[in-house]
This record gives sequence, structure tokens and C-alpha cells, in this order.
Amino acid sequence: MMTNTTIEQELATGVSALERRQDRAPHRGHRKTVRRATYPVRAILKHLALIIVASLMIYPVLWMVISSFRPSDEILRNPGLSLEGFNLDNYVNGWTAFTEPFGFYMINSLVIVLGCIVGNLVACSMAAYAFARLEFRGKRWWFAIMLITIMLPIHVLIVPQYVMFSQLGWINTIWPLVIPKLLATDAFFIFLMVQFIRGIPRELDEAARIDGAGHPRTFLEVILPLMVPALATTTIFTFIWTWNDFYSQLIFLTSPDNYTTPIALRAFVDQQSRTDWGAVLAMSVVSLLPVFLIFLLGQRFLLRGIATTGGK
Amino acid sequence: MSALGELRNLKGVKNKGPQSNKAAFFFLLPWFVGLLAITFGPMLASLVLSFTDYNLLQPPRWAGLDNFVRMFTDERLHKSLGVTFLYVIVSVPLQLGLALLLAIFLDRGVRGLSFYRSIFYLPSLIGGSVAIAVLWRTIFGTEGLVNQVLALFGIDGPGWISDPSTALSTLILLNVWTFGSPMVIFLAGLRQIPTSYYEAASVDGARRWRKFRSITLPLLTPIIFFNLVLQIIHSFQTFTQAFVVSGGTGGPADSTLFYSLYLYQRGFGQFDMGYASALAWLLVLIVGACTAVNFWASKYWVFYDD
Repeated sequence: MMTNTTIEQELATGVSALERRQDRAPHRGHRKTVRRATYPVRAILKHLALIIVASLMIYPVLWMVISSFRPSDEILRNPGLSLEGFNLDNYVNGWTAFTEPFGFYMINSLVIVLGCIVGNLVACSMAAYAFARLEFRGKRWWFAIMLITIMLPIHVLIVPQYVMFSQLGWINTIWPLVIPKLLATDAFFIFLMVQFIRGIPRELDEAARIDGAGHPRTFLEVILPLMVPALATTTIFTFIWTWNDFYSQLIFLTSPDNYTTPIALRAFVDQQSRTDWGAVLAMSVVSLLPVFLIFLLGQRFLLRGIATTGGK
Repeated sequence: MSALGELRNLKGVKNKGPQSNKAAFFFLLPWFVGLLAITFGPMLASLVLSFTDYNLLQPPRWAGLDNFVRMFTDERLHKSLGVTFLYVIVSVPLQLGLALLLAIFLDRGVRGLSFYRSIFYLPSLIGGSVAIAVLWRTIFGTEGLVNQVLALFGIDGPGWISDPSTALSTLILLNVWTFGSPMVIFLAGLRQIPTSYYEAASVDGARRWRKFRSITLPLLTPIIFFNLVLQIIHSFQTFTQAFVVSGGTGGPADSTLFYSLYLYQRGFGQFDMGYASALAWLLVLIVGACTAVNFWASKYWVFYDD
């Protein structure tokens, strides 16, 4: 449910405020020009420090990508980033090292990811509409409960969930992973969307109301089209978190036919007595590729999207 | 504010206007069902299971307090508590300190801010993945990248992940490596401090350090608090990295036996579901107590401007 999410949740709330602030505070731009002009030496030192930290941080990832194109025996000898020709052997070996080609497991992952995205989009937006726009009995308490479930450790749920899903015969199906999303258990996204809907002028709802629209129509025809950025943010985060998720997939998917990308990758590393690091690194890169792509393509949209959320 | 801020100030969720209980019920129906079937139901069930002996094959057998009594003599449990606490206590302050430092660096209008921010943020996005755990296993291996670099300086590095005295520190480093997301929150917080405060301080003759101590730091304490609470909760649950790096064992010599990893071994390795449920509840109590202490202590150091 929320294995690797907590850390990311902050981002959504944080970035939003950050971007909003940038839009609204042009005077900061003025301040920085003054500073740069006054302290050129300081600015250079600062960039130097930043570049050093950034390089240190990104070096392992770059090394991984470059090493994946090297002959296996060189990986354990070459700490540098130079590359003599693209050697695709690792990719060929890694891709076919499993019982099925690696793409098979990526498709398994993708099916689950898509299911989770649909679930989060539908169920969380409905709940968010109620919390942001409707008045009902006990609202404050339900809202508090919703916020607390964001922080609940998954470990207290997983054992009885496993018992429940195994009695339903759902182990080794996608349902234990997808059904909870269809039931809005990723409360973080409810919160994100509530924050976003709060920013939409209520006059728009009222205009719809005067035109005779009930809540379902107001939700579908007024609110949903206006909250596309929040839906995009939800889609991107759900994609990345579900794609990276290991814990619940490890527990609920035990037969190799159902393995997802991370489970297959882990099995690959552990099954070998003498690990073929080249192939392992190559498949690691392949498994991260969708995340990199989404990060590159979606980043601007992602940041913009959350910008209007008023997450903070 | 964030989810924590909302919890602090629930008055904002006041009812204003006509009630629409029926429509609300309709919109919240999936969430209600999820709350009952996926969250509260299982929580209750695991509480009951924690008082039983249950291996999935035979029906649960009532065991009273046995599971909890067992905890006192379970040495691997004690070991895993030690490992997890050490990990949280060392990695969270390091991670947040680095995040704060770089946020302050980036705040003062650096050219290329979005470039640096992307680079610093990327590890947070991939740090929890199996691929990065695999990478860690590679670079901290006996012949890994780290030792190759050390060899250039004539240093003969240890087998970082195969040596019980260094294995945990590689995982701490991995957690510190993902400082990007708290950094982004800090940046957001810094942006919300009105520039007029700094201007007023300048008029009064305050220097950089003084401004930082008297304006930036106090106004940032709610964000520091927010990050601290979330990172502690998050770090207590670390699983993937330890599982992959140690090959599922928590080794060498249980030096990376994180609490959640031990719980997994008990529950899904040995199918000792009763004991695993008891362990899960102990984790909730520990995390809950840490959070409560955090909230209590926040009275003394967190400054709310509102």
C-alpha cells in the first residue's frame, strides 16, 4: 500500500509550494541578480561545491549505465566512465537469462501499474470531491482518519491481508495489488486532490448548480476537467511507485510466471552462484528506463501539475 | 500546510453550508469499503492473530500472551531492533542535515537551480528500487567500484557488504543519498519566508548568520519537524534495500537484519503468522511512540507563525 511512498509524498507537497512561490514572487529574481553582481567569487565557489556534490551523487548511476555496455570482466576493474564501443552482449545475455524474456516481466509490471493508475484516478478523485466540496456528518473525523492512514506502516496490514487474499484465492493474481487502489487506500492521493480542488473557485460549482447539475454532474463536468494537472501528478507518481514497489509484489506474486520486473531482477541476482554482473547491471538499467523516461518527460508537467495543488 | 499541518488544525474542515450526506456517502463509498476491508479489518485481524499460533494450514490456535512473552527472549528480534534504531538515528539526521544545507545553498537564487534540483532529486525517485539495491551490491562488493577507487589511492578496502562491521553503513549511505525529496520540501519552505523579514533585518543591521539564526531557522522549524516525523516513520520500515543487498538474509551476521526484514522472514519465510502479527503491532507501537515523542518535543523547538 505505501511501502516506498512516504518519502515521495513530501515531494508532491513540497514541490507544489515551491513552484507556486516561483510564479508569484518575481522580486526574488531581482534579489539574486544583485547578489551575483556583488559576490562573483562566492557564486563561483558555490557552484563548485554544488557541482562536486551533484557529480558524487550521480556518479554511481552514470557508472552503472556505462558499465552495462562493457565486457563483464572489465566492470570489476574499471572505475572510470570511459567507454570503448557499445558492447550489447550484456543486454542480450540479461534479456534472455530468465525463463521468459525480460520484457515478459516488464509487461506483468505494466499491467499492474495500469490497474493501479485507473484505481487511484477513479477512487481517489471521488473521495477527494466529497472531502473538498461536500458537507456531511462526521466529516472532520473521517478526514482525520484519512490523513492518519497515510502514515500507517504497511507491515501491520500485510499479514492479515495475505491471509484474506489467499482465502479468496487471489495469491499470484494482480488483485491483491490492484483492488486496494480501486478502494482508494492510497490516501495520499486523496489528500493531494483535496488540496487541488480547494483551489478551484466555488463559484464554478454554484454556476453548475444553478444550471440544474447535481453533484455527480458537477464532479464529472466541472471539477474533473479542471483537475487534470492533479490527475497527471497522480498518474506519474502511481506509475513510479508501483513500478518500483517490491515488498507487496514479493509477497503476493510467488510463481515465476507472475513475476514483475523487480521480483525477476532480484531472483536473477540471487539464483546465480557466480553473478554475471554485466547482465545484471544491464537489466537494472532496463528496469529503471521507464522511471528515467517518465522523470525526463513528465518532470515539467509534474512540477507544473503539483504547482497549482497548493500542496503545502 | 502538509498532511501533518492539517491534522494540527482540523478546524479548517468545518461544515459550512447544507449537508449532503447521501451524495457524500456515494462519493466516499469506495474509500469506506477500502477503509473497512483493506485497512481497519486487517488491523483488527492482525491484533487478534497476534494472540494466536497460526501457520496458514491449521486454523489459528489461541496462545494468549505467548507471542509477546517470546519477544523478551528472541535474540534476533533484539538484534533487529538494534540495527533498525541505529539506522534511523544515524541516517535520518544526516539525510535531513544534508537536505537542509543544500536547500539553503540553492535558495539564494543560484543559476541552474532546476538542473541541480533534478540531479539531487533523481536518487529519491529510484533509491527504493531493486535496481539501485543491486547497484549498491555491485559497487560495495569486494571488487566493486568503491574499492577500485580506493585502490587508486593505494588503499585496500574491505568487502563492504560482506563485512558485518560495514554492511549497515552502506545502507545508511543509501538512505542519505536520497536526501533530494526532503531538500525539495525545505526549498519550498524557504520560498515561503517573506523577503520583507530579511529586508527589515538588513535595515536593523543584521548580518547573514544572524538573519539565518533569527529568521530562517525559526520559520523553517515546522518544515524540519514535518520532514523529521515522516523520515523516521519511513526509515523504520526500510525493507527492499536490506533484502536485496543481503540476499534476503539480513546478513552478514544479522548486521542488516532490519525490523521489517525480520518480520518478513517470520511471517512469509516460516509462516509464523501469529508471531509476525505481534511483531507488526510492536512496530506500530514503536513508530507511534516515536511520533508521539516527536510531537511532544515539538512544543519546545517548533515555532508556528500562525
